[in-house]
Amino acid sequence: MSVDTATVRHIAKLARIAVTDQDVEALVPELNGILGWIEQLQQVDVEGIEPMTAVIPNELRMRHDVVTDGGQRDAILSNAPVADHGFFAVPKVIE
Amino acid sequence: MTAITDLTVAEIRDGFRAGDFSAREVASAFNSAVEKAKALNAFIVATPERALAAADQADRDRSDDHLRPLSGVPIGIKDLFATKGVQTTAASGILKGFKPAYESTVSDRLFAAGAGMLGKLNMDQFAMGSSNETSAFGNVISPWRRNDGGNVALTPGGSSGGSAAAVSARIVPAATGTDTGGSIRQPAAFTGIAGIKPTYGRCSRWGIVAFASSLDQAGPMARTVTDCAILLEVMSGFDPKDSTSLELPVPRWEAGLSSDLKGKRVGIPKEYRIDGVPAEIDKVWDEGIAWLRDAGAEIVEVSLPHTRHALPTYYIIAPAEASSNLARYDGVRYGLRGKSDGSLTEMYEATRAEGFGDEVKRRIMMGTYVLSAGFYDAYFNRAQKVRALIARDFRQVWDECDLLLAPTAPSAAFGLGEKSDDPIAMYLNDVFAVPASLAGLPAMSVPGGLDATGLPLGLQIIGKPLDEQGVLNAALAIEQRSGFHARPEAWW
Repeated sequence: MSVDTATVRHIAKLARIAVTDQDVEALVPELNGILGWIEQLQQVDVEGIEPMTAVIPNELRMRHDVVTDGGQRDAILSNAPVADHGFFAVPKVIE
Repeated sequence: MTAITDLTVAEIRDGFRAGDFSAREVASAFNSAVEKAKALNAFIVATPERALAAADQADRDRSDDHLRPLSGVPIGIKDLFATKGVQTTAASGILKGFKPAYESTVSDRLFAAGAGMLGKLNMDQFAMGSSNETSAFGNVISPWRRNDGGNVALTPGGSSGGSAAAVSARIVPAATGTDTGGSIRQPAAFTGIAGIKPTYGRCSRWGIVAFASSLDQAGPMARTVTDCAILLEVMSGFDPKDSTSLELPVPRWEAGLSSDLKGKRVGIPKEYRIDGVPAEIDKVWDEGIAWLRDAGAEIVEVSLPHTRHALPTYYIIAPAEASSNLARYDGVRYGLRGKSDGSLTEMYEATRAEGFGDEVKRRIMMGTYVLSAGFYDAYFNRAQKVRALIARDFRQVWDECDLLLAPTAPSAAFGLGEKSDDPIAMYLNDVFAVPASLAGLPAMSVPGGLDATGLPLGLQIIGKPLDEQGVLNAALAIEQRSGFHARPEAWW
């Protein structure tokens, strides 16, 4: 399988990364090089093999449904590029 | 008398306890070494005041008889670990200026054990790279140079390149690293130091900037196997804040160190002998085999038939996980916000275009593609099946042996810029490191010798799940026999 400029634009859109025409031109051969290389996995016989879901056998734990942390609004907002009135601020989304 | 900066972690700890020097003397000596070594670009942020504060506390603790496991020992912290109040960027422009309001579990454990922080170490951006050339803060320069009289700037390896360069240059006695597909072991091999990636789940991932969550593991990098054991003991342990943390006691690895390998079978995986690898790599491997035999181990040839599929499998799974993990960098809650006058979506796109480096974008795009509708089964799901086969190879091989010995990397350190135009050539650096990562196994690199140009070569030991002790012991047996005392001559 390989990608063309339209596919690369679509992937960039899905990944929320702005790309220029130049970026797309560069990415098409780069991604195709990698895709061509990983294509070899199509030859591996995986009949009847379950995909791996856990690296090391381990049980997912339940925790008690209690508040363990919180009340740190200012600490949380301290790294925000734009914060206003105790909220994260973003470009207007509703007219 | 030996310079303080030449001491190992064990020697600093024990010398401090014995009253040979104060913790402040130690911290000051390393602070000056860091200051003098700016040419290496190993640090993104130096924190001499933090190192001194911890040292003064250690000196007070010593007078009060309250010594802790790492009292008096300053270390470097890879910039992937969130450190409260100290800039943490994962070497990416998208996190420039980010000062976490919390401490990662691993660094918290180290500081609670008395360690001081010399600073935050440079690395490949988001740990994506094998040469430390993807950092937004510039390349790390290896302290090593070829003995041909040239001054070609070499890579320290990656992604923990700052950690490796700093330890081998003796500007820190030890550092934290993280390993997703070789990022502790390959730089350790390139710089002639030791480094261990423990079993997946030993070290909490909480507060470590996430790259590929099913692979990421923290581990120590230091000059000796004993130092790695000392640090790993402090870094490991159950953490309820990481859902994949193993709820198991931490063995006393330092006390358990023994280079007597009688009764141990060491497997030599034949698939790791690959074409195009320099003869010197095979030579140091053969020496490693002889050393382990000398230590009492029985050597057996074994087979891991799916080895050659590990690298392409990794380059589907790791980017897929990265594309999900890095979705959080949206210019809203922390880090950079890109310039845009448009909609919210345009703001996201501008932020990510401006903030991420090229390799990070490439991997996010690859990951997005292999997870996208119509391709998920052909790529991601198939890769997870091949991953299961790779893990099964290891499970089966443990019927025949207790440990595996292989080279760490397929070459010695290369020149900066030599491979940066060819992603696949760069990815091949991790051909020997990635299989153990995919299977979550403990694996360690220890210096084996030098190549003809005077550059270090590493040997890798891979163990069964949870058998860090076996891995450390075999590494110790190699360390005691290799006679590796080479160090880079200071030019910086």
